[in-house]
Amino acid sequence: MSEFRFAVNVLPKAGILDPQGRAVEGSLGHLGVEGVSGVRVGRRVELTVEAPTEVEARATVERLAAELFSNPLIESYAIEWADVHVGIAG
Amino acid sequence: MGGRPRGDCGLTRIGVVVFPGSNCDRDTLRGLELAGAEAVPLWHEQGTLGGVAAVVLPGGFAYGDYLRAGVIARFSPVMRAVSAFAAQGGLVLGICNGFQVLAEAGLVPGALLRNRGLRFLGRDVRISAERLDTPFTSLVGDGRPLRIPIAHGEGCYFADAATLDELEQNGQVLFRYVDGDGRRAAADGDPANPNGSLRAIAGVLNVRGNVAGLMPHPERASEALLGSDDGLPILRSLVESASRAEGRSAAAAPVLVGAR
Repeated sequence: MSEFRFAVNVLPKAGILDPQGRAVEGSLGHLGVEGVSGVRVGRRVELTVEAPTEVEARATVERLAAELFSNPLIESYAIEWADVHVGIAG
Repeated sequence: MGGRPRGDCGLTRIGVVVFPGSNCDRDTLRGLELAGAEAVPLWHEQGTLGGVAAVVLPGGFAYGDYLRAGVIARFSPVMRAVSAFAAQGGLVLGICNGFQVLAEAGLVPGALLRNRGLRFLGRDVRISAERLDTPFTSLVGDGRPLRIPIAHGEGCYFADAATLDELEQNGQVLFRYVDGDGRRAAADGDPANPNGSLRAIAGVLNVRGNVAGLMPHPERASEALLGSDDGLPILRSLVESASRAEGRSAAAAPVLVGAR
């Protein structure tokens, strides 16, 4: 078995109202920052999966990303995996 | 004793699910009693519903609303039982956080987004029932605006345009936000629509019509002492419908007002 470290980035889908992104964007003027647009606020979930192969670990993450970390009606997700790849004895 | 829908006092038994973080369960139990039911709590770890005639998912912050409001609650043992109950045609009502749980579980259509104004809102709103022939609104009366409080940060009803059209066609829009005169609120920028819900939707039904969710809190408007009893007819509709569903006349069930 090996451990695989993943990150799942979840964002509101394009076209879905993102009040948090809008609020962040609205605050930029107070910082004296101009020329920034398209701010979207989401969440990032990092996790370690123990599995015999990377393919199987990835399948677990896919399922969690689709069923738990994101709501497919309103959010999209993208999976990254970190390069930490640790073999465990036994 | 399991599977017997009526309690010792002969009233229709209705379950109120208690998740860690639920905070309207006691108010809901009380409101259901005022509406003439025997109301019993159902712990989130139990995998059965004890033979209740209907289930209410109350408001609160189940599992701290972590990740997304309602999503973690969705995977609790009691929700498997609630899903099976709903699939058999059992009556299920989700209030506020309970609505969010139902939406996350896919038991009602759509999703609840962060309020457009970003703020948590706790105040009275007015809603009107779009349909008066459902198990949740049969005793609501003439469709006049109901004054009922909201208390939520994520209540902006969202579904894509095709789904919204389908909901309208199927008569699945149960409640809408309205102004004091009963006029439907606009989607955005209208104070009568507190959270910016699309098409001013405050509550919806599933296709079959036996599962409903709404953001406002009928149990917080269930007796005059609370400032409004406009929510009581919603709870009474549920109790009467549940009673009828188990084959007994609601008229035979005494209504306990102010008794406990």
